[in-house]
Amino acid sequence: MALTEHVVMRELDIPGIGDFDIYRQHGGWDAYCVAVKEQTPAAVVAVVKEAGLRGRGGAGFPTGVKWGFLPKGVYPRYLLCNCDESEPGTFNNHQIIDNNPHQLVEGVAISAYAVEANTAYIYMRGEFAAAARTLEAAIARAYAEGLLGKNILGSGYDLDIHVHRGAGAYICGEETALMESLEGKIGQPRLKPPFPAVAGLYGKPTIINNVETLTNVPMILQKGVAWYRQFGTEKSPGTKCFSLSGHVNRPGNYEIPFGLPLRELIYSPEYGGGMRDNRPVKIIIPGGASAPWLTGDKLDVTLDYEALAGAGTMLGSGAVIVLNDTVQAPHLAYKMDEFFKHESCGKCTPCREGTHWLVKTLHRMTEEGHAYAEDIPTLHSIYGQMAGNCFCLLGESAVMPIKSALRLFPQEFEQLVTQNGNGQHNGKHPIALESVR
Amino acid sequence: MPDVNVTIDGVRVAVPVGTNVVDAARMVQTAIPVFCYHPRLKPAGMCRMCLVQIGTPKVDPATRQPVLDENGQPVIAMMPKLQTGCTTPVSEGMVVKTVTEEVAAAQKGVLEFLLTSHPLDCPVCDKGGECPLQNLTMQWGPGKSRFDYNDKVHFEKPVKLGDLIYLDRERCILCSRCVRFQDDIADDPVLGFDMRGRNWQIISKSEPGFDSKFSGNTTDICPVGALTSADFRFKARVWELESKPAVCTLCPVGCNVSLDMRHDELMRVMPRENAAVNDIWICDKGRFGHRFIASSDRLTTPLIRRNGTLQPATWEQALQLVAEKFAAVLSSSGPQAVGGIAAPRLSNEDLYTFQKFMRQLGSDNLDHRVGAPGAPVLDDLVADVGVGVGTDLNALGQGTTVIVVGADPEEEAPVYMLRLRAIAERGGHLVVANLRPTKLDRSATLRLRYGLNRDIAFARALLKAVHEQVAFQNLNARTQPG
Ligand SMILES: Cc1cc2nc3c(=O)[nH]c(=O)nc-3n(C[C@H](O)[C@H](O)[C@H](O)COP(=O)(O)O)c2cc1C
Ligand code: SF4
Ligand code: SF4
Ligand code: FES
Repeated sequence: MALTEHVVMRELDIPGIGDFDIYRQHGGWDAYCVAVKEQTPAAVVAVVKEAGLRGRGGAGFPTGVKWGFLPKGVYPRYLLCNCDESEPGTFNNHQIIDNNPHQLVEGVAISAYAVEANTAYIYMRGEFAAAARTLEAAIARAYAEGLLGKNILGSGYDLDIHVHRGAGAYICGEETALMESLEGKIGQPRLKPPFPAVAGLYGKPTIINNVETLTNVPMILQKGVAWYRQFGTEKSPGTKCFSLSGHVNRPGNYEIPFGLPLRELIYSPEYGGGMRDNRPVKIIIPGGASAPWLTGDKLDVTLDYEALAGAGTMLGSGAVIVLNDTVQAPHLAYKMDEFFKHESCGKCTPCREGTHWLVKTLHRMTEEGHAYAEDIPTLHSIYGQMAGNCFCLLGESAVMPIKSALRLFPQEFEQLVTQNGNGQHNGKHPIALESVR
Repeated sequence: MPDVNVTIDGVRVAVPVGTNVVDAARMVQTAIPVFCYHPRLKPAGMCRMCLVQIGTPKVDPATRQPVLDENGQPVIAMMPKLQTGCTTPVSEGMVVKTVTEEVAAAQKGVLEFLLTSHPLDCPVCDKGGECPLQNLTMQWGPGKSRFDYNDKVHFEKPVKLGDLIYLDRERCILCSRCVRFQDDIADDPVLGFDMRGRNWQIISKSEPGFDSKFSGNTTDICPVGALTSADFRFKARVWELESKPAVCTLCPVGCNVSLDMRHDELMRVMPRENAAVNDIWICDKGRFGHRFIASSDRLTTPLIRRNGTLQPATWEQALQLVAEKFAAVLSSSGPQAVGGIAAPRLSNEDLYTFQKFMRQLGSDNLDHRVGAPGAPVLDDLVADVGVGVGTDLNALGQGTTVIVVGADPEEEAPVYMLRLRAIAERGGHLVVANLRPTKLDRSATLRLRYGLNRDIAFARALLKAVHEQVAFQNLNARTQPG
């Protein structure tokens, strides 16, 4: 059953919530005013911790716990809102900004107060020009209302929020690459440790959270922990905006409580509305391109961090991509890894060279129709040589499509090899002669 | 500094706090292969060549004490993933394994990956024969590549980064050593990266290109033949060369160099490591300014003036003549009639030999100074309070103050600029006093300005102030009750 009350996609409950005055009439910015005037930062952190809010950016790390990692007494601190939203299949951050921008800005403001930051940046994916304008307008209004700026509501607390647009790179969603980019450098991940909470932006303690994570915060403060925890499971409390895409009848963002079965998201008329042309589900990628695949028979898995991890995959960014039986696994792996190859920053060897090699091989096998028996063990060892050896998680994620495809659908690769036996060579890939090479 | 005990492939060793795993392993003669790591540069952890297994003693969360096994030995919790040794500092009780199946597979994998994009043009590459990529491939790499040769990326090769240095982007393994050298050691941040992924590449950001007096050093630390010098490109194969130790005479630093000779011909000048002088660096003047040696304008035999014209002679004839002249002066006027003036840029060994020779003749009339007669002698001052015998420049850092007065090291003694910067980087105080700004100001912890021709006055005033301060402290100490 669809939610009657939403935490994030509240445009479904309150039409016109994207308007500042309407947002304000429905209690918007109240939690922030109370926090700034009456609560200590530590008290706000405690509430978020108790609510069990988990980061929606991919790792599901408990937000309140993360905020507690800041070293005591070191200032200035920064709060960063990650709106790079580049994971294939993920599109809820953009919708949040389109429909409920003030709640995000309030979330950024409350969280900045909680972590004692006087400056917050919202880092936007370069392509999100319209969304950036929406946010800038929302922020400008908050300044005009005295909710941002110096000595806010006479509390002595100062806060500035800036919107920064990147140049459009998936890697800039990785927290340390985002900081490099924000500092004006080439967007590539940094060595960790030091972790951002200790030395992040400009070498100062920094907290970084996803758009959806921060949009949860005002409601947690406004309605309380008990209200929040009525949704979801014990370990995955609250709701999640799943971005459903692929061969479903109704692709789109659906906010549902954690713990709903995958089947319901795909087939319920309120959500996915079933598969197009009633074809069977063949592959589900439940957490964005970085998540290991599930086969179509895993529809009873529930959508929460624990259950998906138990099924050998992950909830990731909550991008659920559902594909039917017209999709060939090798081709899907090729398309997915083409993305990672394109986005690899180039810093480390396994990702830079591994994705290049994977894509060259998969392109030849699937698009050019030239697959050889030795390609299969080679593909296995390419991802094997990448797995666990990359500098950051982008390279590790690039392993997932090819590994999933080879593990779950080995026969489709073998078929490519057999089909190749018809003598249709394109002449571009002569075999090596032992005495020549 | 306190030491930390670690076990590397079963061998226990105590190493200073802060040492990374690669350097700790070196101390027990264990080589962990590296590409991007360089002991003089900050670790980057990019190439992934140095992956090893690392474990630390398991700690009981309740008691915070190490968990012991039945033999009373600490239980080691190995990390689930391989770790880069170059970026991992040692910690007490750490266990490192560098020869396991997983490590070997990772090393082989990284090398295979690096070679997939490599043009394999060793036969025409200047680095061939002294190339870490070749050497590490021989030791740790796969014998054979599975990569389709047709899928290699190609770049126009080579491109000029500047007048002196060429870049071959196909050979570059993107280790960023050159960039980090320019940023951190040379303080000429003129190199950088462009593009990303497989198209990631080194570029020069300066105009004119690769504008640095230290650019040649990048060709030494480049672990492949990606950076080559206009001076040495295609001149010789390195195994044809014989290295002759020498000291550069082009400035007062006296960098230790080796002259790489093919038969009688000088093919290139390379730095020779000497921690007391130039560490492992030289400047571009020292490296590339050697063409004069083969100049046709240069004297190649001794000349003896006969009947008013200079005529070529053999060394035997020339030395014979000089000896005769000395003998004549000595017998007619005695040893005080002869004196020796040596060039100040000779090495200590040469100067020693020279004075020995003069004293053998019985003369103490020796000098090696530049400047007008009567000018103040600063050498003695430096010998008293400055760098002297036994000064270890690499050890200077925190707790050291270096004062540079009236000098522009980058122009006058380039490699000293690197050494001074490094002292400041290690936490030393670097006071730079000059009548105008110099590049060293950028690294200085304190900058002072004085007027034209006031350098000696400045130095004297400074000494006076120091002297008074010390005297005052001494006086204070003596008059302090108790
Ligand atoms: C390659 C890569 C891309 C990422 N992209 C995003 C992104 O677009 N948005 C995001 O919120 N987090 C992204 N992350 C995760 C962030 O690094 C970080 O964990 C997250 O922003 C933390 O916020 P949270 O605690 O609210 O989840 C990415 C991580 C990696 C490795
Ligand atoms: S895994 Fe390596 S190359 Fe890939 S994005 Fe991360 S740092 Fe860059
Ligand atoms: S040019 Fe050489 S030193 Fe520079 S990044 Fe490439 S391989 Fe490394
Ligand atoms: S040597 Fe350690 S990662 Fe390159």
